[in-house]
Amino acid sequence: MADTIPSFLETLERHKLTLHRRTTEILQVNLGLLCNQACKHCHLDAGPDRKEIMDIQTVRQVIDFQRQCSFKIVDITGGAPEMNPNLVYLVEHISGITDTVMLRSNLSVLYDLKDDSLLSVLKKNKVTIVSSFPSLDHHQTDSQRGKGIFDKSIQALIMLNQHGYGQEGTGLTLNLVSNPTGAYLPSSQKATEKRYRDILYKKWKIIFNNTFSFANMPLGRFKDWLLRSGNYDDYMVELHKNFNPCAVTGLMCQNLISVSWDGFLFDCDFNLAATLYKNNEKTHISQVKTCSFENDKIAMDNHCYACTAGSGFT
Amino acid sequence: MDTYYKPEDLPKFGEIGKDAPDLAKKFFDYYGAVFSEGELSEREKSLIALAVAHTIQCPYCIDAYTKACLEKGSNLTEMTEALHVSTAIRGGASLVHGVQMRNIAKKISM
Repeated sequence: MADTIPSFLETLERHKLTLHRRTTEILQVNLGLLCNQACKHCHLDAGPDRKEIMDIQTVRQVIDFQRQCSFKIVDITGGAPEMNPNLVYLVEHISGITDTVMLRSNLSVLYDLKDDSLLSVLKKNKVTIVSSFPSLDHHQTDSQRGKGIFDKSIQALIMLNQHGYGQEGTGLTLNLVSNPTGAYLPSSQKATEKRYRDILYKKWKIIFNNTFSFANMPLGRFKDWLLRSGNYDDYMVELHKNFNPCAVTGLMCQNLISVSWDGFLFDCDFNLAATLYKNNEKTHISQVKTCSFENDKIAMDNHCYACTAGSGFT
Repeated sequence: MDTYYKPEDLPKFGEIGKDAPDLAKKFFDYYGAVFSEGELSEREKSLIALAVAHTIQCPYCIDAYTKACLEKGSNLTEMTEALHVSTAIRGGASLVHGVQMRNIAKKISM
């Protein structure tokens, strides 16, 4: 059935839409596939057994690239970036040359590490923490992310609040990301935020700045689960059925460039997972001589429907 | 075995408007308005719909509102509790007619 949906490119053309790179404002750095969790919805197949992490030489090349281009935001992701020993070096060297540095954290790793020196570095450099928090229900969370993860996530959020994250006037931003815990679309961001704010405060006195609701990407481990559970076709049809032409304008692939753990360039972290290189060419960050990628074509495939379903993925 | 209610028929619901478009439009406009956010949230309305779907035992509605409840952020505990509400009302409706039974029995008995 998924074969019957038109390609993403055909759908764009039917709506007279094109996708081209604009001014690049965000540098996304994937520090590696090593993670303390093996979430069922992970588009990268990250996990405890993965060995691929960004080495110090590539980290230095990333810093040089940022020094050369001064992108507004550096978005550090993984795997669990906290498990890469070069994270502190990257944060210390990139914060001074970047307006906003973001760290995507799965929360449980912060709880497990209990690393005050890492938290001090993040605080000192005003690093925004964007944390995965799929559901207010521990069964749903644990079924997606592993047994005990909900409780650890709550404890990590309490710890971050105690360090000033999410607290007014500290300049320490704490955002939450919610993904559905199955083969269905996310709830509205506004409704999710209201509910999270009410219940997290009522039950645990947890506060945060914003929430983002995103659809799961039919790649990696999540795609494997969709196929195994017989949900793949229906999910792809659902993503296509909910194609929102208005979401295309805000797609992050137009103003973001993604660097893989081994230093290669992609239009986004999802194309990285799908091994769709930027411009369909395998280019290493050390070879890039420009900061301007305007009007470059964006590599796309049918997983892109997950970014345009409903409110979209920006 | 073939089945009377086919899941693939649910998306065809809109086709009901083919032979009575004005009535269908009125219904679907009303339906859309009912389920949009009001004093009750969309999530709460989906939970009510799920409970009613089980009461009227509509397979299409059960499919649709199970998914809708999950999409609106509900969990299986909340959804199961909603079903118990409809079950309690349904069971209670039978049991409360025991009053009628007792009234009649009393009237015709010595």
